[in-house]
Amino acid sequence: MAALDLALTWRLKDRPDDLGVTTTWWSHAPDLAGATGRGVRVCVLDSGIEPGHPSVGPIQGSYAVEIENGEPIVRETQAKDVCGHGTACAGIIRKIAPECELYSVRVLGPGFAGRGNVFVEGLRWAVEQGFDVINLSLSTTRKQLADELRAVSDDAFFRRSVIVASAHNLPVESYPWRFSSVISVGSHAEEDPALLIYNPRPPVEFFAHGSDVEVAWPGGGRRRCTGNSFATPHVTGLCALVLSGCPRLTTFQVKNALYMYARNVRREP
Amino acid sequence: MNSEFEADHDALLQSIVDVALAIYCAEASSIFLYDTERDELVFRAVSGQGQGQLVGRGFPSTQGIAGWVLSSRQAMIVDDLTGSDIFAKDIAEATEYVPRSLMAVPLLHDDEALGVLEVLDPHPQARAAIAELELLVMFARQASVALRVIRNYAHAVRDDPNARRREETRRLLSALTDLMEEDSGPLPRR
Repeated sequence: MAALDLALTWRLKDRPDDLGVTTTWWSHAPDLAGATGRGVRVCVLDSGIEPGHPSVGPIQGSYAVEIENGEPIVRETQAKDVCGHGTACAGIIRKIAPECELYSVRVLGPGFAGRGNVFVEGLRWAVEQGFDVINLSLSTTRKQLADELRAVSDDAFFRRSVIVASAHNLPVESYPWRFSSVISVGSHAEEDPALLIYNPRPPVEFFAHGSDVEVAWPGGGRRRCTGNSFATPHVTGLCALVLSGCPRLTTFQVKNALYMYARNVRREP
Repeated sequence: MNSEFEADHDALLQSIVDVALAIYCAEASSIFLYDTERDELVFRAVSGQGQGQLVGRGFPSTQGIAGWVLSSRQAMIVDDLTGSDIFAKDIAEATEYVPRSLMAVPLLHDDEALGVLEVLDPHPQARAAIAELELLVMFARQASVALRVIRNYAHAVRDDPNARRREETRRLLSALTDLMEEDSGPLPRR
């Protein structure tokens, strides 16, 4: 059966003004003024988070997927970041939601480059722990893991764990950002860090600030980076703000809140 | 010694980094191959800074920006690298060159991460927008195909030890035929 014509768009090629969306139904855009992410548990599934980084602040828990008897298993571990990617993402989340709780699950590291099951196990564990928001600035191209990842993502959707996943920025199929049960994020090219754009032409559902983003850098410093990896934590931070005001929202409701919050969505006059 | 086949593909990879260097008005461009057995990224082609020094050199697959990109399979641009430890120090020392900015794209084929394509110090106007990553992606796709073919060939040679000898014989016969044609005019071919 032919698939729907869903382009592998990964970034916003139009200007935000060209992507106006009018809606005939309207509740209200979430009021995020004063929201800090307090009480929201955010998990960063990545390369770890560097402890003590001034742009990241306290980390409530550090875990890593390890291989035991050939099988991946999650263990509590000493906080560290094996390459810096996770620290960069965590710093963005902290900037947007300064009082959220940050947890790290390391699924990237030496020997893991070819092991997609490490990624799946880390995500499954994070969902089982009931984290409110899970940041995935990565994806896997392994088709044989798609069904398993889809099942874990559906499970997260119904357990109120919001998975925020980077759209791949290459024209290839990868997972889990393609699944409707997650919130998928690409980059816009605007300089406004607070700008969120809803995409009326999915599968990428939202575009956020991913171009020339100042991020936390290993060793305590900061650098400027570009890529979907850095757009995604902006949306993760927004989800934490939304949930700190309304902790019982479902993933469906959080996604709608983001839709209402997106600057290009306007009520039909 | 490289076979003719490997030399052709080395030339293809070299042309990709040469063109990337020219288009981005960059200081250097490199293709890294991921060696799964050693869990290392190995320089496979280099243009500009480091050319002639780095091919064959490897470093841990999680090290540096290339490690980020291989692990996360996400393309990225990093600025303000001067003074940063994350760009592999040994490479910088080998070339006496540390970039200020860097663009990196993973080389993917089906469900595999084969390596990474990097452009070092692209001209600021050539990398001003996120759109420029898309151009690099086009080169990355060429490089991915070339790496895939090279690896398949290596596996074929490993599985059939006589393949390399047969190919070398064919190459020598072809060279000999060409030489004889130059000396005595065209020879009848079967």
